[in-house]
Amino acid sequence: MILGAVDAWWWPYAFILIAGWATTYPWRFLGVFIGGRIREDAEILVFVRALATALVAGVIGNFVCYPSGPAAEASLLLRIGAMAAGFATYLLWRRSVLAGLLVGEAVFCLGLYFGG
Amino acid sequence: MSTDLVPGPDHTSRVTWFLRGAAQAVSVPGLILWTAHVGFAGLAQEAGLSVVQAMFMVAAIWALPGMVVMLGAMMSGAGLVAIAFAVALSSIRLTPMVVALVPEIKGPRTRPLTLYLLAHFVAVTSWVVAMQTVRDVPRDMRTSYYAGLGGILVVSNMVVVGLVYSVLDSLPPLVSAALFLLTPMYFLTSLWGSAREEASHAAMLLGLVIGPVMHRLAPGFDLLAAGVIGGTLAYALHRFRRRPA
Repeated sequence: MILGAVDAWWWPYAFILIAGWATTYPWRFLGVFIGGRIREDAEILVFVRALATALVAGVIGNFVCYPSGPAAEASLLLRIGAMAAGFATYLLWRRSVLAGLLVGEAVFCLGLYFGG
Repeated sequence: MSTDLVPGPDHTSRVTWFLRGAAQAVSVPGLILWTAHVGFAGLAQEAGLSVVQAMFMVAAIWALPGMVVMLGAMMSGAGLVAIAFAVALSSIRLTPMVVALVPEIKGPRTRPLTLYLLAHFVAVTSWVVAMQTVRDVPRDMRTSYYAGLGGILVVSNMVVVGLVYSVLDSLPPLVSAALFLLTPMYFLTSLWGSAREEASHAAMLLGLVIGPVMHRLAPGFDLLAAGVIGGTLAYALHRFRRRPA
């Protein structure tokens, strides 16, 4: 059953609700439910956080390595280089997300402009 | 100072604190989230979603990793079950975030229903801002404050997606390419910043490598593999290092 499987105006919305809302809200619900019942420093949470972080990082890695659209014009080296420059700036410059974003973008755009 | 002596929160101050929360949506983290949604809009258009569908997705999921996973899976032609599974897996992290936030915003008279409704607003940005600022808010007013913060973040980002859709076709390729980098750059840095312990830092570095490698070796299972292999290795490392040598 893919997105184009049903030819009706409401299908994409149902698709988003089923595959998107019904799969995210229960985790939030569970969070409220557990609320004060679990200690925030419980050992299992360390593992859960590590698993979730690695997964989101996998999304980022795929995003950078297998882009689509105009960004695919940039070489893999430039894409990774821009991310690395931005991240290094973030680490060195008071953990500023904004600084990392600006430097990463600057490297990326200059590289693209000068034919990276 | 105890706010419990106040005989019931009056309406005016609830509105005031709602608006103060809403104003927090226009902070540096809030602005970065807007730029990340500019990137999301570009991706959603590539995936073939209409503007209303893209805005609906923002409101329904309200977690960029889940939204990006869903779009990526849609573009690769994955089915409903596979997408649902990937989105669910990418959203597990919301549970510990909500667990940490609830004691912060709960007042002595807060109804459970209020918390279950507010939980929908929990995502990286509203969570980071709330954890930083909510201690300066009277306890009785914290749910109103978080409703303003989360609500305005959701609505303003839906507006951003709507606006970007209408101008996206006329953007020069360089600008579109630059927008593409915003989302991964934002995630990379905020993910590192929100990590509580070294295990999560290790997990992030492992996931960055395992995701793309598994994408080649086992497409369709790449994210699952990144999460399970990267997370387990990072946790094992954490246990190993903590044990006395």
